[in-house]
Amino acid sequence: MQLDAKIPAGPLAQKWDKHRFELKLVNPANKRKYDIIVVGTGLAGGSASASLAELGYNVKTFCIQDSPRRAHSIAAQGGINASKNYQNDGDSDWRLFYDTIKGGDFRAREANVYRLAQLSGNIIDQCVAQGVPFAREYGGQLANRSFGGAQVSRTFYARGQTGQQLLLGAYSALSRQIAAGKVQMYTRREMLDIVVIEGHAKGVVVRNLVSGEVEKYAADAVVLATGGYGNVFYLSTNAMGSNVTATYRAYKKGAFFANPCFTQIHPTCIPVHGTYQSKLTLMSESLRNDGRVWVPKKPGDKRKPSEIPEAERDYYLENKYPSFGNLVPRDVASRNAKEQCDKGKGVGETRLAVYLDFADAIKRDGKETIAKKYGNLFQMYEKITADNPYETPMMIYPAVHYTMGGLWVDYNLMSTIDGLFVLGEANFSDHGANRLGASALMQGLADGYFVIPYTIGGYLATTAKKQIKTDHLAFRESEKNINDFTNKLLSIKGKRTVDDFHRQLGNVLWEYCGMSRNDAGLEKARKLIQELRGEFWKNVLVPGSGREFNQSLEKAGRVADFLEFGELLVIDALSRKESCGGHFNEAHQTEENEAMRDDENFCHVSAWEYKGYGNDPVLNKEPLTFENVKLTQRSYK
Amino acid sequence: MTKTLNLTLRVWRQKGPDSAGKLETYDAKNISTDMSFLEMIDVINEQLTLEGKEPIAFDHDCREGICGMCGAVVNGRPHGPEKGTTLCQLHMRHFSDGDTIFIEPWRSRAFKIIKDLAVDRSALDIIIQAGGYVSVNTGGAPDANAIPISQETAEKAMDAAACIGCGACVAACPNASAMLFTSAKISQLALLPQGKPEAAKRAIEMVRTMDKLGFGNCTNERECEAECPKEISIVNIARMNREFFKASFFSDVK
Repeated sequence: MQLDAKIPAGPLAQKWDKHRFELKLVNPANKRKYDIIVVGTGLAGGSASASLAELGYNVKTFCIQDSPRRAHSIAAQGGINASKNYQNDGDSDWRLFYDTIKGGDFRAREANVYRLAQLSGNIIDQCVAQGVPFAREYGGQLANRSFGGAQVSRTFYARGQTGQQLLLGAYSALSRQIAAGKVQMYTRREMLDIVVIEGHAKGVVVRNLVSGEVEKYAADAVVLATGGYGNVFYLSTNAMGSNVTATYRAYKKGAFFANPCFTQIHPTCIPVHGTYQSKLTLMSESLRNDGRVWVPKKPGDKRKPSEIPEAERDYYLENKYPSFGNLVPRDVASRNAKEQCDKGKGVGETRLAVYLDFADAIKRDGKETIAKKYGNLFQMYEKITADNPYETPMMIYPAVHYTMGGLWVDYNLMSTIDGLFVLGEANFSDHGANRLGASALMQGLADGYFVIPYTIGGYLATTAKKQIKTDHLAFRESEKNINDFTNKLLSIKGKRTVDDFHRQLGNVLWEYCGMSRNDAGLEKARKLIQELRGEFWKNVLVPGSGREFNQSLEKAGRVADFLEFGELLVIDALSRKESCGGHFNEAHQTEENEAMRDDENFCHVSAWEYKGYGNDPVLNKEPLTFENVKLTQRSYK
Repeated sequence: MTKTLNLTLRVWRQKGPDSAGKLETYDAKNISTDMSFLEMIDVINEQLTLEGKEPIAFDHDCREGICGMCGAVVNGRPHGPEKGTTLCQLHMRHFSDGDTIFIEPWRSRAFKIIKDLAVDRSALDIIIQAGGYVSVNTGGAPDANAIPISQETAEKAMDAAACIGCGACVAACPNASAMLFTSAKISQLALLPQGKPEAAKRAIEMVRTMDKLGFGNCTNERECEAECPKEISIVNIARMNREFFKASFFSDVK
């Protein structure tokens, strides 16, 4: 299939303006005749629900949590980028665009990324107007800090809780629309299928997680904002409930899945400490502003950090990358941490950790200043590890954190199913092969506040309106499939728990499809996942029934999807015979062990098309053309 | 140093909102002191599942103390014994070998039990819907630096805005009052210039809604402040009361 990204013609900086003018509008009086479904209430889904309702559409919003305020966007710590240039340090839309394209290792669309940079300033304005308490300077102006992959200070923040404050801003706007009756809010609902009628997305089927009932909802368009699939690795920094089910089931209905192998391993997480561990905790990248990363020079050095003199420490990031130092992009920092540990220079009980040391920063700025910047992060670290980072260096190790891959969307954020739009982390659009810090919040809110309100109008205004009811055959079929699926899971009554399977799947992916990958390992992983999936459907044990609050059943459905999706991830990794950003294939590296792209053969988006269970998916390529930047080997030296 | 503990758990089990519940006893063996409290429940749930029993239902999500989804009353205290800590961030190193631990759901007239430890906290969303926002539509906001806000004010607003909406304040209060929760939002927006135009209406509507939902009143027990995992101060309740009186006596809002 020929993928049409619908990128507007004309100079880069004018594309979005021109496109907005060319998009057809829905008359204000007619907007109330349209129903829109939004699934997910993170930054993208929450802001989209509120903004669409403000325009006059009837919105039905769904989330799996007990309240729309809890989506995992809430856990983002460090900040949100915007090209405001408040610091007078040379920032501009163009620079934010360039940093993001380069940071993504030239695997994102120019037009989308430029639009993101253009909208970044509006987001800050909007959030401040809502009462988001961003950090301020003494004079009352907004404060900024630096983040990885950039040499300007453009990150806005609210202590270490920026995601929380931005999400609560979107949640407040959403709450206002719920009170006004323009948004119908459905909490504790899990989307289990998209209903497609005559090629258009016309509704969703969900499970009411409290009663267990399967419910059907029709609409004129569906917006998915259901986040990323990092939990396919079992251990990740994602919330326990984060899953691939909504996007994977849309994929099975005809939405292409783009670049699933582009996964981000975040360099600064608290190391793994036991097999019972349920999740990993991120320590904000902003810590790399003041913390210095080091390991002992001598492999196997078991001395306490305080006993290792300065001359016997290897500040490997500062030594290797003098111009960016500790602030290299995430993929580079993560790979270097792994490299040091592979050399036997890792620290801590498991030897799978490196130090992040604040001693110099405390000496320079005083403990109070450091506490003001990172107090809550230090406190969180101490709670988990029982170590005090003011006195002894933190220990960190990379962990799965974000997924750049997602459902393929065009410039309008519409998937390959007409009328199905995908926002935020759930789509693949803006971060290429590696996302820069503080850019996820920016993208989620840009999509929800400032892109979808226009582009969905363009779709609705050019599509013949057709009233669909939920007793339509397509809805009934979908409902039946879901009930069959549930009954099958409950009837196996095997010997292994859902978590047990999930943990094993995660181990396979982390081992063979993690920070570095090779063809032999990937082939092996594919086989192991197929076998594990076979065993799952014979030997899983799901207690309880389908007609009740049943958290084991919820997990079982998600893990069943992960077991299929994990294979797709590996297939994508196998097909991309180059290294770029988060995808590092050992066969493709420079002499200095940096990722080596193959622009000749792989300068494209890989969009996978579902061909039925047991059949290989089909690869469709969207070529990436760069008219405004020159493709270079990324260098942060 | 990592050690292991053997514990006795007394856990509240309740099938549904209208069924009777009771405390069940479980042995928790070889629990690592590095585990979080919820990881300890995960271990018990794996055991129960393999024994053909129903695992304990409990709400949780981010497991890093920010989403506000988890929470249970542990030995009589919401989120357990550690100050300023959510249940997911409470580690087993704070317990001793041989301890008996009582685990119960939040209890309040306004929070119905769904199953076991999971409760329905949608009343808190309804309080926010009554006015916990600035009425500004998307688009057309002035430049973010157009209104300077002093660092002190921004910090105070942030202190209040840190609330995670977990409901521990309600569970801790002998009156099951939601005043700490409500006042945190009222304070955040009353402190900031953006929230001023609607301050009077907000205070009256949110307080009225809170009362209607069946939450109790504040009698200065300060249990909420003591148990709040984000250590939100009851100064916010005082500020809410000021806002409410000011609005009632000196504004046109009825």
